[in-house]
Amino acid sequence: MLAANFLLLGAVLFCIGVFGVLARRNAVMVLMSVELILNAVNLNLIAFALMNGNVDGQVFALYVIAVAAAEVGVGLGMVLLVYRNRRSIALDELSEMKG
Amino acid sequence: MAIAADITTGWFLENAWVIPIIPAIGFALIILIGKRLPMKGAELGLLSMAGALVLSSGAAYQWIQRTDSVAGGDEHAGPFGVIAGLARAVAASEGGHAEPFVAPVVRAWTWWESGGVEFGFGQHVDGLSVMLIFLVSFISLLVQVYSLEYVRGDRRFTHFFAALTLFSAGMLVMVLAENMVQLILGWEIMGLCSFMLIGHWWEELPNARAALKAFFTVRVGDVGLLVGTATVFFGANAWTQEHLGVSGFNIEGISAWAMSGEASHLVLLWASIALFVACIGKSGQFPLHTWLPDAMAGPTPVSSLLHSSTMVVAGVFLVARLYPVFWEGFSITDSSVNLIVVISAITIVISALLAFVQNDIKKVLAYSTVGQLGYMMLGLGAGAWLPAVFHIFTHAFFKCALFLCAGSVSHSGSHHSFDMKQDMGGLAKKMPVTATCWIICSLALAGVFPLAGFFSKDEIIDNVGHNGYTVFMWIALGGAFLTAAYTARATYLTFFGEPRGAAAYGGDEAHGHEVAAATSSHDATHDVQQEGELEADDHGAVALATADHGGHGHGHDDHGEHHPPHESGKLILVPIVILTFLAIFSGFTNATPFGESWHKFQEYVEPRAEAVPLEELATEEAAGEAGRAGILRVADAVAAEDGGAGEEAASHATGCGHEAPEAGAVCFFPAPDHAEFKWSKAALSLVIVAAGLVLSWAVCTVLYTRRSGALVGLTERSRLARAGYLFLANKYYLDALYEGVIVRAIAYPIARAAYWINQYVIDGIVNAAGWAGRKVGAFFYRNIDQRVVDGAVNASGAVADGTGTALRPVQSGKVNQYGALLFAAAAIGAVVLVIVNV
Repeated sequence: MLAANFLLLGAVLFCIGVFGVLARRNAVMVLMSVELILNAVNLNLIAFALMNGNVDGQVFALYVIAVAAAEVGVGLGMVLLVYRNRRSIALDELSEMKG
Repeated sequence: MAIAADITTGWFLENAWVIPIIPAIGFALIILIGKRLPMKGAELGLLSMAGALVLSSGAAYQWIQRTDSVAGGDEHAGPFGVIAGLARAVAASEGGHAEPFVAPVVRAWTWWESGGVEFGFGQHVDGLSVMLIFLVSFISLLVQVYSLEYVRGDRRFTHFFAALTLFSAGMLVMVLAENMVQLILGWEIMGLCSFMLIGHWWEELPNARAALKAFFTVRVGDVGLLVGTATVFFGANAWTQEHLGVSGFNIEGISAWAMSGEASHLVLLWASIALFVACIGKSGQFPLHTWLPDAMAGPTPVSSLLHSSTMVVAGVFLVARLYPVFWEGFSITDSSVNLIVVISAITIVISALLAFVQNDIKKVLAYSTVGQLGYMMLGLGAGAWLPAVFHIFTHAFFKCALFLCAGSVSHSGSHHSFDMKQDMGGLAKKMPVTATCWIICSLALAGVFPLAGFFSKDEIIDNVGHNGYTVFMWIALGGAFLTAAYTARATYLTFFGEPRGAAAYGGDEAHGHEVAAATSSHDATHDVQQEGELEADDHGAVALATADHGGHGHGHDDHGEHHPPHESGKLILVPIVILTFLAIFSGFTNATPFGESWHKFQEYVEPRAEAVPLEELATEEAAGEAGRAGILRVADAVAAEDGGAGEEAASHATGCGHEAPEAGAVCFFPAPDHAEFKWSKAALSLVIVAAGLVLSWAVCTVLYTRRSGALVGLTERSRLARAGYLFLANKYYLDALYEGVIVRAIAYPIARAAYWINQYVIDGIVNAAGWAGRKVGAFFYRNIDQRVVDGAVNASGAVADGTGTALRPVQSGKVNQYGALLFAAAAIGAVVLVIVNV
């Protein structure tokens, strides 16, 4: 019962994050949404660790947090470079393809 | 039980194949270097014929020895010698002991092999071959000696001798032939030489036409030769391969097959008919006899050699050589009429009648030859093998001599004319040797005892009657009467009576062979008008005419000066005298009236009709020799069939030819029936001949000296006589039929029809095939190549293009879209995972 609430919260956060990835113009906002997704996954992992009674899920969540931090660093570096070249971080202005 | 006997052989018999090669080499040398030699090539011709004669004589001698060795000698002791001695005394036909078969000396070399059949050349030496090679080389030699004088100064002297030599080579090849292909080769070489020699003076159109006529007429017959050879081959090959190991072309094999009783009678009949058609052409039988009289356009030596004694005998030789085929095919022993006797009887009658209306002496002799060939064929067709072959032998001598005498008369008596009515007469006093020889040979031709013709011709007539062909015997007797009659006429016109034309030399007469248009009585290619009267022309002023000479345009290269008739030179007379001598005495080689011991010719030439056991035949190759030994190995033992039963069984109705040989033995020759000579039978024919001579002489003296009012001018007064004369003078209108109807029909309408068929039917088919191919190709190009194949290729391109166009929007460059795709793929992947694992 208790875990179900966590899972539900995790699913809601996941959906909001997915929506943000797909629909946001701002690249930084997309990265923030990706963080949200990852945190939703963390919540799921903790909830399943509580449900199964062992501590593997929590350990795995620590790993996810570390990976997420690294990934944000790389992502923000890419955003910085895009800004330097295009003077804008709106994703729909990135394409140079015609047609 | 076979009795082994020692049969001898000899170098000449083993190497008889050299005999045709000598004249062949002579021919080549004459052509190559003849013109540069002192005698212009004639010496090579004479040498080669002399060489052939020497070898032939050697072969003849050794053959006689061989035959004697098989029979054993009287001096041999022991049981076999006694039996052999009995064999000598009584011949097989009279019911005595049958003499063993004398194996011919056969050798063969393979030229090439295809399909299991070997083609090659070889020799087949037996009594018949030996007799003929001797005859051919002897007469060729004499004729070449004669030609030295006769053809002297001719424009093509060298080629004349070359052609004569080549002819001799061809005939020798044919006579010694071991297989049918070689026989045909020799046959055709002879035909070629005949053409060359008849047309020796081809500058005059009639001579060229005569040569062509001779060649084509014989060619028509040659179709039969090829058909017959093929028929025999296909009939015999299986049997000969199985029993004797030789092909169906081998002559010994063919003979054995025909006698074996296993040959299909229908095949034999058709083969006999086809081969006889060839003989009709070559030997001048009705209806293909028309070329022989025209062949007199050639020089007289040619007529004497080719068209009397040797080449025309080739047809008779073919029948004699393959006699078992004809014996069985025409059932000679069982019937009383067959194709051969009918044709030959017709030939005898028509040729004898035609000889009466000829003014050209050579044409008389030509028709006489046709008739005598008819006699030979009659003999063969009625089962009288030996008399017919003997007649070849004797006829060659006296007929050749007669032709040479005619040449002598024209050369020295009538200034190169052969017209008896215009330019001859009364020559007996001026040319005594020629006249004597002519008269003797004419009597031999008529068949007067004791000259050669009596022995051979009478034997034929006797045996024809004896074998059941009675009607034909009477026809032959009638022919003998006519022969005597026209011979007397020719003799009278040439040698007796008043000299006419060139024979009555005096003053400035023109050359004898130029004809006054008013009295044209030549049997030219145009129709004859009427019988010309004799011109007892003392001063012989004959107008020059440029008329066509018809059958015998003489392009003889004259000597220019005209001279009175005189006897000819030695080179001409010596051959004539030699031949006359033989005409007198050659009959005694088989003088049946005088008893068995005089039957030398029969003993050595006639093949024995005894079955030979197959074990005696060896077919292994002689080690290291170039040639394959024939069926009967030369040195092997050949024995009589089963000493005990065979002796009694050698009667008329049994033996080879009357019944099939027992298994394990082969027959090579049928047993003919020899009629016994009786003076009573011979007396009849002698009386007939005498009557013919006397009657004809009487008519001649009365008619040609204009003494009888009834006979002179008969053909002008009586329409019947005139019609009969015209019918004969136009040669029964056969020439008109052949040339005017048949040849013209073929040359014009049929040729045109054939051309039309060629252009529109055959070419049309080819063109239509091409057109159809083109149309099909175009159709395929348009519909299949362009639409289907190219369509497929284009469609694949279009598909690729469409796929690309459809997939291009995926690469839009929009990052949001990429993200959406990513998540969609991840979602689908998750769903699949869940489904798969649950």
